[in-house]
Amino acid sequence: MSKPYYVDEDLKKFGEITEWQKELGEKYFDYYASVFKEGALTEREKALIALAVSHVVHCPYCIDAYSKDCVQKGCDEEQMMEAIHVGAAIQSGATLVHGVQMMNKVKDISM
Amino acid sequence: MALATKSLASRQSDLSNPKEQIKILSDNESVGVKSFTEKLQQIDLFPLKPTQLDIFQVNVGKMCNQVCKHCHVDAGPDRKEIMTKKTMQLCLDAIKNSTVHTVDLTGGAPEMNPDFRWFVEEISKLGRKIIVRCNLTIIVANPKYNDLPEFFKKHNVEVVSSLPYFSAKRTDSQRGEGVFEKSIKALKMLNEVGYGKEDSGLILNLVYNPTGAFLPASQEGLEREFKKKLREGWGIEFNSLFAITNIPVSRFLEYLIVSDNYEDYLTELVNAFNPTAALGVMCRNTISVSWDGYLYDCDFNQMLDLKFSGSTPQHLKDFNDKKLVERNIIINQHCFGCTAGAGSSCGGEVAK
Ligand code: SF4
Ligand code: SF4
Repeated sequence: MSKPYYVDEDLKKFGEITEWQKELGEKYFDYYASVFKEGALTEREKALIALAVSHVVHCPYCIDAYSKDCVQKGCDEEQMMEAIHVGAAIQSGATLVHGVQMMNKVKDISM
Repeated sequence: MALATKSLASRQSDLSNPKEQIKILSDNESVGVKSFTEKLQQIDLFPLKPTQLDIFQVNVGKMCNQVCKHCHVDAGPDRKEIMTKKTMQLCLDAIKNSTVHTVDLTGGAPEMNPDFRWFVEEISKLGRKIIVRCNLTIIVANPKYNDLPEFFKKHNVEVVSSLPYFSAKRTDSQRGEGVFEKSIKALKMLNEVGYGKEDSGLILNLVYNPTGAFLPASQEGLEREFKKKLREGWGIEFNSLFAITNIPVSRFLEYLIVSDNYEDYLTELVNAFNPTAALGVMCRNTISVSWDGYLYDCDFNQMLDLKFSGSTPQHLKDFNDKKLVERNIIINQHCFGCTAGAGSSCGGEVAK
């Protein structure tokens, strides 16, 4: 039987990446922990940003993790869906704005 | 997720038997986690001992107007077990001659006990601080309860009330259809007589329980959010928010099992074990009395029918506050709920 590419158990093993490169792995996890601490942004706001980015980068592990994290930190369904729309709007905007490049190129080569 | 809206007892569920629950909880090996005993041994806290007796928590009965899905008491309108006046008198006798500074009344809905008001008046005469765990909706459930805010005020009762979320959807999914709206109405009535208002001296604290298989986030952040939302949305004020972890007992245990979250939840609790929280678990300075006068380390042990251990008197009629501080507290895997993250007690986080 073929195995799926994504297995939710693998998320729990994320920490194991340090086994093959300790220094870089630990630096990364330290950095990660610091990023998500309350700062100028609250932990809640950071969780919502992470949720939006998770969708944009299409990471099922991050989507699971930050859906739970957002609920845990007191975000409601509407806020979470709006965050995803922000991600989607930027992502589609980033595609569409290249339309200008397309237009420029077409103009360049046209009479 | 749809769960029955009746108590485990009335559904004659296997889980209504405390022994059945203990059997599940005790099996830490199939979950693949350490036992609570091992964890306490590692930090030199086993056997777990009380420090002193400060808080006397009385569960005056399992009767309730609600049937919340996460209820560790398995309370509901169909539960008829309530404390008699005679047992209340035994409580008063015990409190009078003890170091207890606070009496914490819980249920069910404690106000549904016909002798509730008499009991509060008598405790008040003893000059002890009184906490009532009021589910809010009881205040508007029947005209005879509408004056509860005034009654609480008269006896300077500290009101502690559950509101799992500042929206109807999540609140009602845990506590029942229409509970949010009624709770808001009751909170307004409490505010009207001065509860939760600055300088009134009348304390109204809210309890946040996660509405599912996850741990509460930081109490401070949640309190900020709750204050903002309740003030902006409904003009409601309150003093503090207590973030309380759901303990895997009774109906919450059922929910975890039925929703296939039990192992993950337990693992999460164990991974979040915090030694500082373990030092401050509430059973070290609190005891819990059941409707029929038996004595327990906490309300959770009460629901698991784990009475005081060893030779410590197990019933109010033999109450001895010197002996009871010598006892060993009975622990099991559900205790991980009290030591996860910032810890959890009836007063919220324990490790700041
Ligand atoms: S959680 Fe409280 S309000 Fe809900 S059923 Fe249990 S005792 Fe009643
Ligand atoms: S569940 Fe009860 S006995 Fe166990 S740690 Fe918590 S308060 Fe103590």
